[in-house]
Amino acid sequence: MSEQVPQDLQYTKSHEWVRSLPNGQVEVGITDHAQSALGDLVFVEVPQVDRKLAAGEACAVVESVKAASDVYSPVAGRVAARNEELSQKPELLNSDPYGAGWLMRIELDAKTPAAALLGAGEYQQFLKESE
Amino acid sequence: MGLKTPLYDSHVAAHAKIIDFGGWDMPLHYGSQIEEHHAVRRDAGLFDVSHMCAIDLTGARTRAFLRHLLADDVARLAVPGRALYSCMLLPSGGVIDDLIAYFLTDSWFRLVVNAGTRAKDLSWIRKHAAAFGVDVRERSDLAILAVQGPNARVKTAALLSAVHRGAALGIQRFAAAAVDSWFLARTGYTGEDGFEIMLPGTQAPETWRALVAQGVRPAGLGARDTLRLEAGMNLYGNDMDETRHPLESGLAWTVAFDPAERDFIGRDALVRARAHGGALLVGLVLEERGVLRTHQAVSTAAADGSVGGPLGEVTSGTFSPTLNRAIALARLEPPPGGRMPQPGARVLVDIRGNKQAARVVKPPFVRNGKPLIEIQ
Repeated sequence: MSEQVPQDLQYTKSHEWVRSLPNGQVEVGITDHAQSALGDLVFVEVPQVDRKLAAGEACAVVESVKAASDVYSPVAGRVAARNEELSQKPELLNSDPYGAGWLMRIELDAKTPAAALLGAGEYQQFLKESE
Repeated sequence: MGLKTPLYDSHVAAHAKIIDFGGWDMPLHYGSQIEEHHAVRRDAGLFDVSHMCAIDLTGARTRAFLRHLLADDVARLAVPGRALYSCMLLPSGGVIDDLIAYFLTDSWFRLVVNAGTRAKDLSWIRKHAAAFGVDVRERSDLAILAVQGPNARVKTAALLSAVHRGAALGIQRFAAAAVDSWFLARTGYTGEDGFEIMLPGTQAPETWRALVAQGVRPAGLGARDTLRLEAGMNLYGNDMDETRHPLESGLAWTVAFDPAERDFIGRDALVRARAHGGALLVGLVLEERGVLRTHQAVSTAAADGSVGGPLGEVTSGTFSPTLNRAIALARLEPPPGGRMPQPGARVLVDIRGNKQAARVVKPPFVRNGKPLIEIQ
């Protein structure tokens, strides 16, 4: 089964995706590859709103029946919103990783240079190489 | 590349996620292990457990041999076809493996042992069988399918002719019979009713397809683990091993101390351990959201909710799809001068640095589709 890598998103090597929103914030989630590797998600812990995050900082935990896995913030900034629905419906990460399964929205820190993220093609290449 | 069962191609064709399990390439799930879990609790699921090892023991003194080899007493098996769950112990009392022994005739018993312990089990059994003149034969020609769930027996019997169907449905719980070309046992590892079918490996793919056509859902090792843990059943290597004896592994009920003159391997060590007391395996239910996992530390909760002394650790933890809550087996020892936490007591579990409250319960957590633990 092929894993989806939408063209309009950016990615990290730790399998997070980043979507630029019209208001300047970014939305963050885990990729189709990540949810597929983890299996059925049963528990998700997302950071408090207003928490300041450094790029690469462990900020969320996703737990499947199989394992617990840290999610790293792809960017530096402040948590503007978090997906409250996930506490009752962690399975959204499996069924719709790029949509209803989003984890948090982050207001970018203007003083920190933009993080180096992968384009869709680069991430796909990275997945192929790490197979 | 690992070892493959006769059903490997069936798993791949069904889009299984394949993982290594004790050297075997086995299906973890076929898409969603939680859906597979529910299918077993509510209807019928199908597991390939051909990686487990059937061993036939034959010879006039087979029963005497097993009364020496096993901690439980096969003298309890009076009617041909009856089965017994038992541990096989080291002289130290440590568990070499847990297994099921089927009594077939006075000169033929069949054992089914775990996949990961196959080699050491066989060499241990052979070593002790010689003195009893018992022949030990590994039945690697057999595949084993477990069909489990409230509708499992009826859906399995539907594959048989009318004559054989009656025989299959007449098998008592924890017994087995030869039916057609199958060795059919009403046993399992899920806490549900059902069958384990031993059959020639060459017939396994066709039988697999026929069961799926009956609406039996393929289920992988992931669901097998959550089902067995809900059923309060131990996993060898997690909940017991060669360093732990049955009394501290929740398996005291499987040790037959009577009759006193039965000299089974490990007996002296267990008699000493019984007098001494010590660690016990208990059930835990996490009170908040989160997931219990193997090796998490368990401690007492002080009256003010702060962390008290160490009690032990989780031996098997998971998320229970039936209870929608994390559950675990944990091996606890009474704190110095203190009492063992009783069912209902609250303890703390270290989950990645957070101390989270869990309640001590008496397993099983779920049986025959019904929760046995009240979720507060």
